[in-house]
Amino acid sequence: MIALLIRDMKLGTRAGGGFGLGLAFFLIVVVLVPFGVGPETGRLSLIAPGILWLGALLACLLSLDRIFALDWEDGSLDLLATSPLPMEAAVSVKALAHWLTTGLPLVLAAPVLGVLLSLPAAGYAPLVLSLLLGTPALSVIGTFGAALTVGLKRGGLLLSLLVLPLYVPTLIFGAEVARRGAEGMDNTTPMLMLAGITCGTIALLPFASAAVLRVNLR
Amino acid sequence: MASIWQYANPKKFIDTTDRFLPWLSALALICLVVGLVWGFFFTPEDYRQGSTVKIIYLHVPSALMAINAWLMMLVASLIWIVRRHHVSALAARAAAPIGAMMTVIALVTGAIWGQPMWGTWWAWDPRLTSFLILFLFYLGYMALWAAIENDDTAADLTSVLCLVGSVFALLSRYAVNFWNQGLHQGASLSLDKEENVADVFYHPLLVSIAGFVLLFIALVFLRTQTEIRARRMRALLARERLQ
Amino acid sequence: MMPELGKYADAVLSSYGISIALLLVLVIASVHRARRVRRELDEVEQRIRRNG
Repeated sequence: MIALLIRDMKLGTRAGGGFGLGLAFFLIVVVLVPFGVGPETGRLSLIAPGILWLGALLACLLSLDRIFALDWEDGSLDLLATSPLPMEAAVSVKALAHWLTTGLPLVLAAPVLGVLLSLPAAGYAPLVLSLLLGTPALSVIGTFGAALTVGLKRGGLLLSLLVLPLYVPTLIFGAEVARRGAEGMDNTTPMLMLAGITCGTIALLPFASAAVLRVNLR
Repeated sequence: MASIWQYANPKKFIDTTDRFLPWLSALALICLVVGLVWGFFFTPEDYRQGSTVKIIYLHVPSALMAINAWLMMLVASLIWIVRRHHVSALAARAAAPIGAMMTVIALVTGAIWGQPMWGTWWAWDPRLTSFLILFLFYLGYMALWAAIENDDTAADLTSVLCLVGSVFALLSRYAVNFWNQGLHQGASLSLDKEENVADVFYHPLLVSIAGFVLLFIALVFLRTQTEIRARRMRALLARERLQ
Repeated sequence: MMPELGKYADAVLSSYGISIALLLVLVIASVHRARRVRRELDEVEQRIRRNG
C-alpha cells in the first residue's frame, strides 16, 4: 500500500505528471479575475474567498483524469485489480496521492494568492483551514469521477460534467467558511458541515469508486 | 403464480405495456386537457397574484415529476444492481430525458412567473438553485449513458452514479438551504389540509398532476420498449456480423 | 371565450405555450424514435429469418 502511494507520488511529481500544472492554473485563474471584475480593492477582497475556493476546485478538477489514465494505458491497473490489495484500499491510496500532489500544494499556495486578491487579514486562517478540510473531499469525489470515466477515449469533458455537480456541497460550505472568516463572523456551523462531508466521502465513496472500477476492468 | 418480477422478461414487458399503452396515453391526455383547460379557463384569479396563479397548473406538476422521475430512476437502478433485470436498467435510462424535460418546464414556468411576481427572472433561491443542480445531474447521467458502448457496463456505471448522485443531490439541497434563505413559498401541496391552497385552485391542480403522472408512466413504457428493441437489434446485428 | 388575463396575459400565455410545446417535443420525439426502432428491428428480424 505504501509502495503504491510512493510510486504514485513519484509519478505525480515527475515532469509531465502535472504537478506544477495545477498550481500554475490556480495562479492564472487568480491573476485573471481582477482583469474581469476590475482592480478596486474593496470589491476584490469581497470576492477573494470565493474566487480562491473556485480556483482551487478547478485546478483540482483539471488533474483528475490523470489519476487512472496512465495506469489504464500501460495495464498496471489490471495488475492492481489482481493484486491481493483490495480495490477499495487501492482507490483510497490513489485519492490520497492525488491530494498530496494536487490538493496540498493548492492549500499552501492559497494564502500567497490571497495577497493578490487583497484578502482581509482575518481571512487567511479560515481560508487555509477550510481548504485543508475541503480539498480531501474534492480528491475523493474526483477519484470516483475518474473511475467512472476511466475507459473512455475523450473522458475529460464528461468527467467535468459528472464531477462538478458532486462538488456543489463541498464548494458551498468551504467557501462559506472562508467568507464568514474573512468577514469576522462565526463560522463553526459550515466548518462542521464541511468536515462532515469530507469524513463521509472518505469513508463511503471509495466503495463506490472501487465497484465502478471493477465494472470498468471487467 | 403472478409476481411483479415476471415483467422483468423483456418480451412479457413489451406485450403487457403494449396492451396498457393506448389506455394510459388516452387517460393521460384526458387528464391533462381537463386539468389545464379547467385551470386556464375556469378558475378565478388570486387576489394577490392576479392571473399568474394559472401557471401553477404547469409549474407544480412538472416540478413534482422532475423529482419523482429521479426517484424512479433511483429505484430502477437499485433493482438493476440487486436483481440484474435488464428492463429495469433500461427503464431508468428511458426516464432520464423525461425528468430532464420536466425540470426545464418547472424552471421556465418558474422564471416566467417570477418575473412579474418577484421582479426578476432568476434569483439564487434555494429551490431554484436545487432544481438547476438537479438538471445538471440529469445531464451528467444521460451523458454517461451515451458515452459508454457496452450496454451492461453503461447500466452498472450509471446506476452507481444515480445512487451517489442522489446522496449528493440531497446534500446540495441542504447546503443550498443553508447558503441562502429564499423567496420561494413553502410547499403548495401537502396532506395537511390546513396548509393547502384553496379548493378552487386545488381540484384542477390535482387533475393536472394526475395527467403529468400518467403521461410520465406512458412515456416511460414507450421509451423502455424502444430501448429494449434497440438493444435486441444491436445484438442481432452483432451476431450477424460474426457469422 | 378567452378569460380575462389582465396585465399578466403575456406571462400566463407564454408559460402555457412553452410548456405545451416542450411536452409535445418530448412526446413526438419519443413516438418517432419508437416507430423507427420498431421498423428497423422488424427489417433485421425478417432478413435474418430469410437467410436462415
